[in-house]
Amino acid sequence: MGKIVIDNDRCKSCYICTQTCPKKLIKKSDKTNRLGDFMVEFNDPNGECIGCAMCAKRCPDLAITEVWR
Amino acid sequence: MQQVFSIPKSFKNDFHFTFCPGCDHGIVMRLVAEVIDELNIRENIISSTSIGCSVFIYDFLNIDCVEAPHGRALASATGVKRAQPDKIVFTYSGDGDFASIGLAESMHTALRGEKITSFMINNTTYGMTGGQLGPTTTMGQKTTTSPMGRNKEYYGYPIKMAEHIALCDGTAFSARVAVDSVPHINEAKKAIKKAFQVQLDGLGFGFTEILSSCPTNWKMSPEQAHERIRGEMTEVFPLGVFKDITLK
Repeated sequence: MGKIVIDNDRCKSCYICTQTCPKKLIKKSDKTNRLGDFMVEFNDPNGECIGCAMCAKRCPDLAITEVWR
Repeated sequence: MQQVFSIPKSFKNDFHFTFCPGCDHGIVMRLVAEVIDELNIRENIISSTSIGCSVFIYDFLNIDCVEAPHGRALASATGVKRAQPDKIVFTYSGDGDFASIGLAESMHTALRGEKITSFMINNTTYGMTGGQLGPTTTMGQKTTTSPMGRNKEYYGYPIKMAEHIALCDGTAFSARVAVDSVPHINEAKKAIKKAFQVQLDGLGFGFTEILSSCPTNWKMSPEQAHERIRGEMTEVFPLGVFKDITLK
């Protein structure tokens, strides 16, 4: 059981995290952020996140600011 | 719950990276900031940068910085280190900056064995100026100044900086790493830490070359760009440690 915190305004829509997450819990959002980009959103209804922090390590813009495990 | 990832304290408050989407500069800057935090040297560190996208490190890291003329980051760093030998000095450059404009400064800093640390971001092109052919452009790569691809008759061969620096007697540590996947990012952090450690121990010049992507100028998606690093680029620029005098 883990969770991540995403800073929406830092996200530049490169979508590296959506392919990196081993559980595929990060998806492209329908909403846009301050930059006008379709940001990513974290959706984990079943508590599958293991807090591996691979998404945060590969985010080039540090948009994933916190990972908890 | 336990926090396993947070933004390094060496970053300025409320910074926003100004790089293109998918650019690996952000990852490398985070690794440098994490190592500065872990070694607890933030109050004692001075960086020297010269030209290119890499120069924006002074906008994001909360450390003292010197801005050098084009390509002369290592010459300025030498002056800073000799004037203040108790400070930790590092340079952060791109491949055009380190291996083309400032090649003389870079090689001679390694030959003199200056006790400074250097990072070279190798993205095989000039990123900031619009994707021209650089010293590390791979054979056959199309750039704005080699529209038919790099060929040996007209443009020659790419330079392999980590091997060249390793041949210099003043070098204490020289390695090449990549930031295209999580295991490679973990190895890159170890190499960056080691490059700082040889300076802290007073052993000599510490150098790390980091293979990085430039999706904008390669005209690729971020994932395609990382595939290129894993395939084409690591064939030309093999990863590994080329010199480490602490192992003897």
